Amino acid sequence: METLLNDFSPGLFFMQLIILVILIVLLGKFAWKPILASLEERETGIEDALKSAENARKEMQNLTADNERLAKEARAEREAMMKEAREIRDNMIAEAKEDAKEVTANLIEKAQASIAQEKQAALAEIKKNVADLSIGIAESVIKKELSNKKDQLDLVEGILKDVTLN
Amino acid sequence: MNIAQKTTKFLTIAVIALFTTVNFALNSNENNQGKEDGGQVNTKTEISAYIKHHLADSHDFSLFSYTSSEGERKHFGFPLPVIVWTSKGLVTFMSSAFHHNDDGHVIVEKGGLKFAKIHSKIYELDGNATNVAFDETHHATNAHKVLDFSITKSVVGILFAGLLIFLGFSKLARQYKARSIPKGLGRLLEPLVIYVRDEIARPNIGEKKYKKFMSFLLTVFFFIWILNLLGLTPLGFNVTGQIAVTACLAIITMVIYITNGSKDFWAHTLWMPGVPVILRPILAVIELVGFIVIKPFSLLVRLFANITAGHFVVMSLIALMVTMKEAFGPVASTGMSLVLSLFISVIEILVAFLQAFIFTMLSSLFIGMAVEEHEHH
Repeated sequence: METLLNDFSPGLFFMQLIILVILIVLLGKFAWKPILASLEERETGIEDALKSAENARKEMQNLTADNERLAKEARAEREAMMKEAREIRDNMIAEAKEDAKEVTANLIEKAQASIAQEKQAALAEIKKNVADLSIGIAESVIKKELSNKKDQLDLVEGILKDVTLN
Repeated sequence: MNIAQKTTKFLTIAVIALFTTVNFALNSNENNQGKEDGGQVNTKTEISAYIKHHLADSHDFSLFSYTSSEGERKHFGFPLPVIVWTSKGLVTFMSSAFHHNDDGHVIVEKGGLKFAKIHSKIYELDGNATNVAFDETHHATNAHKVLDFSITKSVVGILFAGLLIFLGFSKLARQYKARSIPKGLGRLLEPLVIYVRDEIARPNIGEKKYKKFMSFLLTVFFFIWILNLLGLTPLGFNVTGQIAVTACLAIITMVIYITNGSKDFWAHTLWMPGVPVILRPILAVIELVGFIVIKPFSLLVRLFANITAGHFVVMSLIALMVTMKEAFGPVASTGMSLVLSLFISVIEILVAFLQAFIFTMLSSLFIGMAVEEHEHH
């Protein structure tokens, strides 16, 4: 203990005290403060970057989920639309068929009616012609009868032949 | 490449500077008187005296000395200024005036006073005495010690370490302005700063309050570490083995934790809750003594003793080659000494870091105890 006290130099203590205090102050101002500040800044920067990366990842996940959902919806919609379109098409075809049937039926009916009418008209005309012809024939027969009996018969036969041909 | 060039340049300059001063010092010291045996250190008592001399602070910066063929003792090194506060005020002169004498036989007259250097201490001679008289225990009877503010070898070491730390870390601090990740030396220093902050300050002082003490802790950590390492170089510094230096460090620590003590800390120290009232004053005394005397004392003695012991062991092991020469022959003793001192030197490198770590760790622990705010039950 005595040698320890003897070794203790108050002068050195004083010098050390002054130098150390100056050193602490100087280093604090020019080294430690800026170093620790930039370290902290960097650490918070890294933390923020990690956090934002995590957020971005989550967002990406959300986005892909959304995309998938949207795609699914789009697919479903497309299918529904297709189905509707098919139905509409089928309906349209069916309707068209129906309409066509109706129209043809009408046409046929009309045709048949007009045919019947024509037939009637034709028959009437024929009748009229036959009547005229008969009258003509009768006239001719009456005219010929006076000259030749055989000629009369030939005439009638020839006229009749014409009539049947007609 | 650039860094390597710079380093080589710096080293060249440093070496040139060292040699020029050494040459200068050599010239000025040429007419020193040698000791009777030529200054050789051969016997056990001489070795122990030499080790003791090394462990003490020194007023000149001697690198090595040898005896020339003319029997003249030559010293390599340079003198340092002596600044003493005497009975007649401040007196300064260069330590070369003592001509490397350390036993009080060379008397220096300056400012009307006479000075002698005995075992690395400057004494002022009383009255008209012309020689130092010693009693049987080798204490000077007609001289007294003076307050010695000299730039001793330790002060040079402190300044050198301070300069190194300042240059290194202010450079690191400047690097951050341009880039967020340092390069070169900064890449080595940055993890150390982070280590002190995250492993020493934060866990011991607490997240909220550690920032205030970072300047002190970082400075002390690097100061002790660099000086411990400097002590292992052949420059022969023994700064952290000076009790004045460790005492200063410990007292600064004490002042810091005493002045920053929280209300809770003082309440618990002076009037411990949950203890019978009769015991409280006794506990207060114990706690106060613990914080003001025992804790700083343990800090200062731990560092001082570890570093002194390290130097002592290394030097003793180096001295083995002299002391064991008789018993084992020169080759075996030199080999043994080399292997053992190398081994211990490697351990000392670890100790250098360890002691810096422990000092800073305990400082922050004590600061943490003082600033802690308890949850009241």
